[in-house]
Amino acid sequence: MNVGAWAAMSLIVRRELCLSFRRPGQLLQPLVFFLIVTTLFPLSLSPQLSLLRDMAPGVLWVAALLSSLLSLDSLFKSDADDGTLEQLAICGQELSVIVIAKALAHWLVSGAALVLVSPLVGIALGIPTSAFATMMLSLALGTLTLSWLGAIGAGLTVGLRRGNVLLSLIVLPLAMPLLIFGANATDRAIGGASPAGPLYFLAALCVFTCTLAPFAATAALRITLE
Amino acid sequence: MWTWFYKLASPPSVYGIAAAFTPWLLGLAAIAIGYGLVDGLVFAPRDYQQGDAFRIIYVHAPSAWMSLFAYSVMAIAGAIALIWRIKVGHAVAAASAPIGASFTLVALATGSLWGRPMWGTYWAWDPRLTSELILLFLYVGVMALRPAFEDAGRGDRAAALLAIVGLVNVPIVHYSVQWWNSLHQGATVAQFGAPKIAPSMLWPLLSMLLGFTLFYAGVLCIRLRGEILVRERGATWVREAIAS
Repeated sequence: MNVGAWAAMSLIVRRELCLSFRRPGQLLQPLVFFLIVTTLFPLSLSPQLSLLRDMAPGVLWVAALLSSLLSLDSLFKSDADDGTLEQLAICGQELSVIVIAKALAHWLVSGAALVLVSPLVGIALGIPTSAFATMMLSLALGTLTLSWLGAIGAGLTVGLRRGNVLLSLIVLPLAMPLLIFGANATDRAIGGASPAGPLYFLAALCVFTCTLAPFAATAALRITLE
Repeated sequence: MWTWFYKLASPPSVYGIAAAFTPWLLGLAAIAIGYGLVDGLVFAPRDYQQGDAFRIIYVHAPSAWMSLFAYSVMAIAGAIALIWRIKVGHAVAAASAPIGASFTLVALATGSLWGRPMWGTYWAWDPRLTSELILLFLYVGVMALRPAFEDAGRGDRAAALLAIVGLVNVPIVHYSVQWWNSLHQGATVAQFGAPKIAPSMLWPLLSMLLGFTLFYAGVLCIRLRGEILVRERGATWVREAIAS
């Protein structure tokens, strides 16, 4: 069967979405994790909203990074375990098309869902509603970038038995710029300053990884698949 | 021309070249570091502000420079190995990683020792310190990835790819960390403008830089020979080299 690249991509995205909605537990776990981690901070620091508001951007972003990381492990894993990944690799379609589709699907399931849940956390941490738009936009850009970086890490560690810890070790240092600009954008929006600067940086990082990371992730997958 | 190059880059010939270069590199390193240490620690004048404490720069700055240099060597050797399938490149990358990580650690340690009397604290979240720390994490990631694969060749290629991705990321991390601190900054600890360093202080520093680079190259040669021996342990030339 001969399918164009776009058709193949949309087929894979649909398949991934279908698979995740059939296993709602897997879909919800990172989100619940996100909520629980953010709950830990008021308990461990102080329930005062004024103090929490100062910490909120950092808390939000660290929790978002960790919960995205949690779902990264399954990006290629289940497909590699049952041989689907190898079939996809030899199906005649460019491997990079498959990688792009899978990373996008991962973002839709983990990142976009996280963006939708984030206002809940924002209210709980005392972030003013005027900052919600910036918070959600920065999270959307940041999680998309993280899905790309994560695809590189997941591609490198997919064949490993204990790749989980290694994956965080690889991805977290690479993701630190995201944390800096993302938390900064949210922080500025809370303080009433213009968040445009850090948001532009986030967008630039997002475009940068969108263009280069697919190549790196494809090369990583080739190394572990061959 | 290419066959000549591939022959030169074959494990036995690199093993021999590394063996021949090691004493020269280490000998010259000893001279350069020896001169730098004596001139820097004894003869260079005291700094009018920092007193004798500034002298740690003679170890600190070269280590910090080597931490970046060793990373670039690792990434470039990995890229060469990936692109032209020259196996020795992976050996060079594997040999360079622990040395670079050690230099990073030395730079961080000497920096914090200097920070204690100068800034009043061992550690500050200064952009330079933070990006150096992240560099250490990148080293750790590359070093942990290589042995994680059961198939050594796969581990090599994966580590090479990660090193290249990291090389692209290092400037991004560096600048983002710099802007991070300038955007919302607490109490500033270090404020010294472009230091116009006196020639009597500069010469030993340059000598130390040269010495550290030579030392790195020498240690790299030693480690490289070890790596090659381990990787080629089944080959006949290894048995001959060891027997002779």
